[in-house]
Amino acid sequence: MSMQAKRRSLFDPKIMRRASVDALVKLNPREMMKNPVMFVVELGSVLTTVLLIVNMAMHTGNFRFNVQITIWLWFTVLFANFAEAMAEGRGKAQADALRLAKSETTAYLVGKSGTVEEVPSSQLHVGDVVRVSAGQMVPGDGEVIEGVASVDESAITGESAPVIREAGGDRSAVTGGTRVLSDIISVRITANPGETFLDRMIALVEGAERQKTPNEIALNILLSGLTIIFLLAVVTLQPFAKYSGAPQTVFVLISLLVCLIPTTIGGLLSAIGIAGMDRLVQHNVLATSGRAVEAAGDVNTLLLDKTGTITIGNRQAAEFIPAPGVTAEQLADASQLSSLSDETPEGRSIVVLAKEQFNLRGRELGQLHAEFIPFSATTRMSGIEVDGRSIRKGAVDAIARYLIDLGAPMPDAVRANVEEIARKGGTPLVVAENGRAMGVIYLKDVVKGGMKERFEQLRAMGIRTIMITGDNPLTAAAIAREAGVDDFLAEAKPKDKMDLIKREQAEGKLVAMTGDGTNDAPALAQADVGVAMNSGTQAAKEAGNMVDLDSNPTKLIEIVAIGKQLLMTRGALTTFSISNDIAKYFAIIPAMFAGVFPVLNALNIMHLHNAESAVLSAVIFNALVIVGLIPLALRGVGYKPMSAAALLQRNLVVYGFGGIIVPFVGIKLLDMLIVALHLA
Amino acid sequence: MTQNGWLQIALFIAAVLFLARPMGSYMTAVFERRKTFLDPVVGPCERLLYRVTGVDPDQEMRWTQYAVAMLVFSAATLLLTYVVERLQAYLPWNPQHLPGVESSIALNTAISFTTNTNWQAYTPESTMSYLTQMLGLSTHNFWSAAVGLALAIAFVRGIARREMKTLGNFWVDLTRGTLWVLLPISIVYSLALVSQGVVQNLRPYDTVKIVEPQTVTGTDGKTSTVTTQTIAQGPVASQEAIKMLGTNGGGFFNANSAHPFENPTPFTNFLQMLSIFLIPAGLCITLGKMVHSPKHGWAVLAAMVVLWCAGTFTAYWAESQGNPLLHNVDARVTQTQSGGNMEGKEVRFGIANSALFATVTTDASCGAVNSMHDSFTPLGGMVPMVNILLGEVVFGGVGAGLYGMLVFVVMAVFIAGLMVGRTPEYLGKKIESFDVQMAMLYLLIFPLLILGFASIAVLMPNLGLSSLSNHGPHGLSEILYAYTSATGNNGSAFAGLSANTHWYNYSLAAAMFFGRFMMIIPMLAIAGNLAGKKIVPSSAGTFPVTTPLFTVLLTGVILIVGALTFFPVLALGPVLEHLLMRAGQLF
Repeated sequence: MSMQAKRRSLFDPKIMRRASVDALVKLNPREMMKNPVMFVVELGSVLTTVLLIVNMAMHTGNFRFNVQITIWLWFTVLFANFAEAMAEGRGKAQADALRLAKSETTAYLVGKSGTVEEVPSSQLHVGDVVRVSAGQMVPGDGEVIEGVASVDESAITGESAPVIREAGGDRSAVTGGTRVLSDIISVRITANPGETFLDRMIALVEGAERQKTPNEIALNILLSGLTIIFLLAVVTLQPFAKYSGAPQTVFVLISLLVCLIPTTIGGLLSAIGIAGMDRLVQHNVLATSGRAVEAAGDVNTLLLDKTGTITIGNRQAAEFIPAPGVTAEQLADASQLSSLSDETPEGRSIVVLAKEQFNLRGRELGQLHAEFIPFSATTRMSGIEVDGRSIRKGAVDAIARYLIDLGAPMPDAVRANVEEIARKGGTPLVVAENGRAMGVIYLKDVVKGGMKERFEQLRAMGIRTIMITGDNPLTAAAIAREAGVDDFLAEAKPKDKMDLIKREQAEGKLVAMTGDGTNDAPALAQADVGVAMNSGTQAAKEAGNMVDLDSNPTKLIEIVAIGKQLLMTRGALTTFSISNDIAKYFAIIPAMFAGVFPVLNALNIMHLHNAESAVLSAVIFNALVIVGLIPLALRGVGYKPMSAAALLQRNLVVYGFGGIIVPFVGIKLLDMLIVALHLA
Repeated sequence: MTQNGWLQIALFIAAVLFLARPMGSYMTAVFERRKTFLDPVVGPCERLLYRVTGVDPDQEMRWTQYAVAMLVFSAATLLLTYVVERLQAYLPWNPQHLPGVESSIALNTAISFTTNTNWQAYTPESTMSYLTQMLGLSTHNFWSAAVGLALAIAFVRGIARREMKTLGNFWVDLTRGTLWVLLPISIVYSLALVSQGVVQNLRPYDTVKIVEPQTVTGTDGKTSTVTTQTIAQGPVASQEAIKMLGTNGGGFFNANSAHPFENPTPFTNFLQMLSIFLIPAGLCITLGKMVHSPKHGWAVLAAMVVLWCAGTFTAYWAESQGNPLLHNVDARVTQTQSGGNMEGKEVRFGIANSALFATVTTDASCGAVNSMHDSFTPLGGMVPMVNILLGEVVFGGVGAGLYGMLVFVVMAVFIAGLMVGRTPEYLGKKIESFDVQMAMLYLLIFPLLILGFASIAVLMPNLGLSSLSNHGPHGLSEILYAYTSATGNNGSAFAGLSANTHWYNYSLAAAMFFGRFMMIIPMLAIAGNLAGKKIVPSSAGTFPVTTPLFTVLLTGVILIVGALTFFPVLALGPVLEHLLMRAGQLF
């Protein structure tokens, strides 16, 4: 039931079988009306069918030709429906996998007085508190309010390694359908039945809640407009044909109409949209709406947190640089003490370095009667009060402020060291003891491999990356330079991030960011594309419009690519569809009138065999091209990051120019086949 | 085709491109209300006009207000012309004592001149008094061009502005366009025409004795000898200048620019063609300047030049071929004759200048003619028709050409813009569903009117077909051309169609009216909507609208949208006629 099983082949036989049936069900006119282009084709098919029956009854008309046209018109509709059903089918297969995780479980509801009551999970409501112990399924979405547990979230994320979920902090959210592997946690339910994360996910991948996105609506208007224009051209053609003494049959006129209206893109449009969402899901990202996916393609500015995104999360302590009059060992001792309770990787690396360099062993916390001062976003320091020693550790300006409050100066030598480290791209941490600066710890930041190249690609696409970091400007500048980002926001507080987003948006730009903490929530909500980490808090997940199940902040770059690919696929197939019309004219117009005016055969530049074979091959080409392009619609057009000018040139040549040439070849081949089979 | 012919064509387009920049810069200054050298002269006139009419020049209008002001102005001036036409018998400056104009032709003409079409279903010298020509028709040549200018500027402002609700003030744009652009150029231009022999007087018509009396057979079979000829006079030069400059095209005489009093010399012919393209070419530069992307202006102008080039080449080539069925006619180029198909052409203009004039006058929605398009070869005659069918955007009418072109730009950006992987943006403005909706409406009205009316006309033998003087594909071309010319607000006639009937007067009037105003409303709606949008700053990811690639794309979209809609009917008209001619059949 893991979602990792989703890299299924494009033409999974099971999905194809289901899609074939769905294609028939979708012939229901009420469904078809949502797609004006294909609805016109369906109406045309109905009309030709009725006429065919009338003709048969009256023994008039060219039966062999008319019946073939009618069949292929129906196939045109069915192929379009099939494309949509294929895209939906892939989603449905995923939804089925998810449903297994949603099976009814027993919840252990904790009453007000502490009593525990067994209820079915479907009866849990927001605010209920349940107890989940090892081996049990988490009965619904919620927040851990007590305890720590390791949880297997593979049903949702596909990631088999268990994760830690604990009360308080940024790792408190649990999802219904995941399994607790160890310990006991109390969970406050945050979603009513039917509204859980899993429910939303199922609805999303199934396309049940799919609404047309703004761009899709605009494109639909364009396609409807073109359909009306061609309808007009074909309807008025009959009077002109009559005037010229060459009136046409309804079968030929409808064939012309169906060939001219943009059926290729009309038939594939919704499949492209569904497939775009599907591609996102394959990358383990859930979007709350298709609108967010489109916005991802439009993003101008990416806000990336330095830590974990641009650099490997852990900065490593590399060196103790003591202040004048302090030995390195004294500094290491103070640093180690202040870091004992610091469970961050940086904190641990300081303890490790102190042990390595000076053999200072980790002291047992219980014996020290120490009072720990935890890090806070406002003081930006942490520290310890032990045996009359008051040790603080933090960024240089935070410690400087702390020292000034105590009336002590910050030695110039320390400042010089701090700047030296920052210039090198490291993170300096200043340690002070009893109002005296002890020296600097050099934390080294390691930029992830390949980031520079990715940022270059983004720049080529016109996307600016801004690195967000709590570091001081010097440090930030050095890492920004090393990583190759366009800009950075140093010493960033949550509010600064928010201000930056608003500033960018005021300039008309679209901003994307990732976040996981509760304090990221406002910024995630403000950003045009806010990707919350699945490991993050409930607040963050609700604020953003996407959730990354892998909790990989670098994913943002892929999300942008998927958004762009979605829009490009639409544009490419629209261009292709319209370009196709030229060849179809050259097939059908001479076929219509060369009977009366043989000179018009000069327009039959493909040398199609006869009028019937010409019209038939154009109609068949028009139907088959829908099927032929289903893989492209589902996979999306090939995409390499490059400038808009280069992309346009490439796609115009492939889909514009190609769209003019391909049907000439295709129609000619079909004509030869039709003649060989004696179908016309 | 001769070297001399190509040289003249090259000289023409070089002059257009040379003048585009100064003209565009000047118009930018005029409409941005910056200082110009004419301020001391026309500034006081402008202020006086505002004081008299009570217009507050600083009052900005939303697109709806702008549209209403434009409609009110057009309706009022339309009515004025209609009344003048009907009452001309009682009004002064009517030396020929012409009676009041019949109602259907009066309405047709009033609409025709209000819409910048200048379709003329009447013979001016025997229908309109001097007062009607000056007060009823010449005024519209200024007004309708000024309205077009104002609308184009409003559209450009919609693109250039950021998060604003308004598009400027219609009355101010109308006034400044007239006082700073149309009037001063027309005055100088008229004098230049007079210097070449274009007449300018209010005298009664001259009657002269002809040197060789002619014996003619009347419709009743009686023969008579003609010894005298009436030579029409009038205030021609003053009307001629604005007729070309304002892309109006309504001739003072029936023969239009083929008449020696309207267009006497090769130099006036050159000036006339140049003045047709002067403002439309300049407006592209104005666009570039006002949206702060001069290169975009040139890219748009380049698309126009490419399409003009294609039309000119085809027409010149087709007309140079002559008619292959006329074996006894010497169609060779010699020192004394221009060869080719000279039917319906003035000897003093020859093939090159007739083909070029026909292309230019139909590229821009001018409609003045110096040769008879009906007499062109089938393919040569198809060029003017296709030029109009493309939507009058190849230079196009004053203002109307630019805003029509910009609607195509919006479409091109939307269709291809997606291919760069972003919501389509035009100069930083996102193109969304409302814009596409309005653009489609704009594009839809055009074929609806042309194909709708033409198909009705060919279905009705008594109304539509009885006016035809040719049958077969040529007859179809004549009907199609009439509705194309009317809807495209071009006004040139293919001739061969007796259009002064109630059916044609009213249906063509409807085509002209809706072809102008029904397209302006959605166009202004786009402008208003665009003005309210944010401008996304451009980056490497922005759809490029300044490159040759964009020019190619824009040209392609115009050709495909135009050609795809009209290909079937063109196949039955001029294309079929051409193929039948080669097979030895004429119509």
